[in-house]
Amino acid sequence: MDPMNYIVLAALLFTIGAVGVLVRRNAIIVFMCVELMLNACNLAFVAFARMHGDIEGQVIAFFVMVVAAAEVVVGLAIIMQIFRTRRSASLDDANLLKN
Amino acid sequence: MIPWLTIAIALPAIGAVAVWALARAQAPAADTAQRRRSEAATGGGTDTITEVRPAGPAAVGAENAKRAAFGFSLATLAVVVAMALRFDTGAGGLQFEQTHEWIPRFGVHYAVGVDGIALVLILLSAVLVPLVMLAAWREHDDREDGGAGYFALILALQAMMVGVFAAADVFLFYVFFEAMLIPVYFMIGRYGRGEQRARAAVKFLLYSLVGGLIMLVAVIGVYVVGGTFLWTELAGPGGALAGIETELAVWLFLGFFIAFAIKAPMWPVHTWLPDAAQASRPGTAVLLVGVLDKVGTYGMLRYCLELFPSAVSAFVWPVVALSLVSIVYGAILAIGQSDMMRLIAYTSVSHFGFITLGIFALTEQAQAGAALYMVNHGFATGALFLVVGFLIARRGSAQIADYGGVQKVAPQLAGVFLVAGLAGLALPGLAPFVSEFLVLVGVYAFNPVAAVVAVIGVVLAALYILWMFQRTMTGPTPEKLSGLKDLNLREKWAVGPLLALLIVFGLYPQPLLDAIDPAVERTVQIGTEDASATDGATAEEGGEG
Amino acid sequence: MAVTQHHAYLAAEPAVATAADSPVLSFAWLLFALPLAGAAILLLGGRRTDKWGHLLATVLPIASFALAALILFDLLGRAGDARSVSVPVYEWFAVGDFSAGVNLLVDPLSISFALLITFVGSLIHVYSIGYMAEDPGRRRFFAYLNLFVAAMLVLVLADNFVLLFLGWEGVGLASYLLIGFWQYKPTAATAAKKAFLINRVGDLGLLVAIMIMFAVLGAVSFSEVFAAVPGASDGILLAIGLLLLLGACGKSAQLPLQAWLLDAMEGPTPVSALIHAATMVTAGVYLIVRAGPIFEGAAVAQTAVLAVGAATMLAGGIIASAKDDIKKSLAGSTMSQIGMMVLAAGLGPAGYVAAIAHLITHGFFKAGLFLGAGSVMHAMNEGVDMRRYGGLATKMPITFATFGLGYLAIIGVPLLSGWWTKESIISATFGVGGTTGLVLGSAVIAGALLTAFYMSRMVFMTFLGKPRWEEGVHPHESPANMTVPMVLLAIGSLGLGAFLMLGDRFAGFLAPAVGAEVHHFSVAHAFTAPYGIAALVVLVLGVAVAWAMYLRKPVAQVAPKGSFVTVAARKELYGNEINEGLLMRPGQVLTKALVTIEDKVIDAAVNGLGAGVRDSSSGLGRAQTGFARSYALTMLFGAVIVAATLVVRL
Repeated sequence: MDPMNYIVLAALLFTIGAVGVLVRRNAIIVFMCVELMLNACNLAFVAFARMHGDIEGQVIAFFVMVVAAAEVVVGLAIIMQIFRTRRSASLDDANLLKN
Repeated sequence: MIPWLTIAIALPAIGAVAVWALARAQAPAADTAQRRRSEAATGGGTDTITEVRPAGPAAVGAENAKRAAFGFSLATLAVVVAMALRFDTGAGGLQFEQTHEWIPRFGVHYAVGVDGIALVLILLSAVLVPLVMLAAWREHDDREDGGAGYFALILALQAMMVGVFAAADVFLFYVFFEAMLIPVYFMIGRYGRGEQRARAAVKFLLYSLVGGLIMLVAVIGVYVVGGTFLWTELAGPGGALAGIETELAVWLFLGFFIAFAIKAPMWPVHTWLPDAAQASRPGTAVLLVGVLDKVGTYGMLRYCLELFPSAVSAFVWPVVALSLVSIVYGAILAIGQSDMMRLIAYTSVSHFGFITLGIFALTEQAQAGAALYMVNHGFATGALFLVVGFLIARRGSAQIADYGGVQKVAPQLAGVFLVAGLAGLALPGLAPFVSEFLVLVGVYAFNPVAAVVAVIGVVLAALYILWMFQRTMTGPTPEKLSGLKDLNLREKWAVGPLLALLIVFGLYPQPLLDAIDPAVERTVQIGTEDASATDGATAEEGGEG
Repeated sequence: MAVTQHHAYLAAEPAVATAADSPVLSFAWLLFALPLAGAAILLLGGRRTDKWGHLLATVLPIASFALAALILFDLLGRAGDARSVSVPVYEWFAVGDFSAGVNLLVDPLSISFALLITFVGSLIHVYSIGYMAEDPGRRRFFAYLNLFVAAMLVLVLADNFVLLFLGWEGVGLASYLLIGFWQYKPTAATAAKKAFLINRVGDLGLLVAIMIMFAVLGAVSFSEVFAAVPGASDGILLAIGLLLLLGACGKSAQLPLQAWLLDAMEGPTPVSALIHAATMVTAGVYLIVRAGPIFEGAAVAQTAVLAVGAATMLAGGIIASAKDDIKKSLAGSTMSQIGMMVLAAGLGPAGYVAAIAHLITHGFFKAGLFLGAGSVMHAMNEGVDMRRYGGLATKMPITFATFGLGYLAIIGVPLLSGWWTKESIISATFGVGGTTGLVLGSAVIAGALLTAFYMSRMVFMTFLGKPRWEEGVHPHESPANMTVPMVLLAIGSLGLGAFLMLGDRFAGFLAPAVGAEVHHFSVAHAFTAPYGIAALVVLVLGVAVAWAMYLRKPVAQVAPKGSFVTVAARKELYGNEINEGLLMRPGQVLTKALVTIEDKVIDAAVNGLGAGVRDSSSGLGRAQTGFARSYALTMLFGAVIVAATLVVRL
């Protein structure tokens, strides 16, 4: 099977994720879309590793998974806190950092 | 061998932490009620003359913390004096040297060592700190910490001041140079006077940071060119920087010089000083103007001149011109001030003009005079600021117009003010005369016109000091001042030693000069030798006279 | 012409005194150390010394006087050319080849001054015990007086210009403190500041002169500087000479730095007598004589000295003739008399003896006149307006007698002190010969005429004529501790001149030290020479005019309008107005302008920079909308651009 297909799939997944981040307001969904983008990257890494016969891409994929796990833990906690205080998971309501 | 300098740095540093901890431990809860009460007492009526007495456990804790801080400052003074007595005035070069690796990757060392100039400046800071503490003892009674935090900051500042003069590693010097800003920032911004104090503190910080960052570039440049940060390996005819191109040297010189000129402060980058002085407590101003600013002039001697001798000739005339402008401009501005703290700040601009003039005249008398001037100016201006502080403590104002006829009700206060002022105008018999005279004599040998212009500053000094004295101390006493109290014992002990030192060093300055002289001989030699070595034209300019 | 060959210390280095060869001389430093200690004890001791402080302060100058007398006898026991003794005390400060020592030069000139200072000073201390008895600040007053005596002795005993400068500024400080002694009076405080400031301008001259000496001649001690004079260029000597003259003008209230002296009369009268008549104001004359070799090497500077002296002599006389304030009139007289001494000193070796001799006799009779004026003011409830005096001779006989003797001495009545020394000056000026001698001599004669007029006017208005007292004034004679010093000074006014000049006693003593020429003083010649006769004629003329104006006619209680000369003289010849117009107002404008520049330009530039950074950052801050998704979009764009760039580049 042509590894290029995996690359295309990764690109598609990434695009879906990016669009989701940009257009959705709900923090949970945005969060899931970020995960989607991360996993698209993972897929690309693994595919490239396979293409070049180099183990490093797979190693990086593991790194990304670890980071993603940490990110999920922190991110979800933040979202929980925001929801608790504001009764809303909308990203546009959380704009305290604006100028 | 006793690591004198390390002890002198560590002792106040430990003291700062200890005092801070002590203040915390003994005054756990902010006694806000008491604070409100005292604020009402002082802020409500400017006519209250009585000092606010602290009460309650918080005050007791603060009192103990302040006593501890005073003890640490006295211990530091003892260490520094003991060190000074062991100083060999006959030997040139650095003494009490210590070198330990700090960041080996970048060649950074913890290296300390002093020559005569650094030694007398360390002595100056060690003498001033306990006196400043005495003078400031009651200043912060209306605060919940009773001023203990302020005292801790003073100690922290002292550690850095000793460090900056003792540093024999350019990077270490830079670290102390920048770190000094932090305690001063809080001493002005948090513990200062008036509405404008936060703004003045920020102004001071930004000014200094700009200079500091430019210096950082030069510091890195020194490392890139010289391959080491160790001052002893960089300076001197055989040092790592001895053979660098003149153009490069000029740029590096400039990088250091801008930082030092801002610190000094030299016209036209002096405008932070009057604001900072006005917003400072007098004690802060004493340390700021008396010691901290000396880092600028000290740095010019130690770093600009000694590291980049080949660049000196290019800077002599511009710096001399700026110094002359500083002398006359500062004096005239001082005449035009209505706030005593600002007035004294401007007189310092004028006096720092004398110091930089002396340094860059490149004659032995002028440089020795400039180095001595740094110490004497610390004593004289310190005494002036403290006396103004006593007035502020009584009336809550530093405005000249708020006073008059003080002499009648508080003759000792007026007398102390007069002696401090006379020292400020360099009356013979008081310490500043010797240094000013040496600068002038040395500068005349360098260039007669420059000396004559500088002499104008001497006449103007009489005007700004005596006019201030006349407006505040003489004339009929207004009704509102009739209850003004004369100096109390604590205040006498705060300012008395300074006056004694002014008289002693006015009549017998030779011990200080003996300590300074070998160091000056070195800088004068380096300045002229190298200039004559590079090319004839430079020699003519740099080593004239 | 080798004018400097007379100087003993040029022929050989002065002998260095040691304790072994002269115990008295090795303690010469006690001369000023004693009063200095007195000042320190009184100032630091505070109220504890209130009871006995003034007595201690009086004893110490007397002790100094005794020591000075011992030193004088020690010197007299030496050969004429071995009387210049250097007494090193300690090294003050030294850097490289510069060195300034606290070293004393005891020679006939300095010891003459030391004796004058300690003698008159002691008398004035005694007088002040009575004069200041009621003043709450008496202890402070005596401390300042002691400080003054100490500083003045340092000034005259110094063997180098730097130590001289210490004394020079020290007397300036004491003068400042004493003029402003009654600080609660704004006029006194202003006068004190004015005196110090104008003196500072003069000091500037001295300071620059010292700088030149070190830079060019390589030394600051008298002997080394004078030894280097023959090798110095004319320009350098001229510059040093003019700068020293500037210093002398400041201290001695000579034109153009004269404006402070009349205001200085705000100080207590003993101060006026000691500092502003007898001693401090004569320091300029001392400096010119001491620095003789320099002036002798610079003819133009010497001419400047002559011009300044002559101009001040006449200006002072004119001012003194118009002032109704007794102290200010005396101050004008002091200016005039010192102008005469400066003129004599400007003559060079020919005039040194006359200048110093007149300085000493003047110290006696002018101090006596001031003390007399103080006694009168005491009696008149501190009133100083002579138009409200009159007829005091009977009420205050001792004061009248002593004041009268001083008066007769100063106007130059033959055989009294002033006559001897004034005749010496007149004879020295005419001795120059040619037109110069004639012009200068005539000027001195004119000065003598003015002296006779204004002093007679003062005596007539004060002691003779009808009483014009204000209501409630009951004149009375002063207590003994005030009159005794007056009597002693009057005795000096009577006989000191004869003592000094007969047999050329003083000339012989002083000449070797300052390289002066000794001119024999012939009494017979003084009465028969044309200038001697002229002096007597103007004396009679001056007294007669004053008699016609102030004794024959009753004196108006309010000053008449007077001619424009009178008005100008009353306004001190517009000296203050000139200072104000030339210096003060432009200075104020400059100060204001610079303050504006500081705030509006330099500081505004810095603040503007700060504001610029703040504004631009707040502008950029607007991009921070707070919407996380817009940030994400920006990021995406950024990533796309980076990626696109990479693709294109590769």
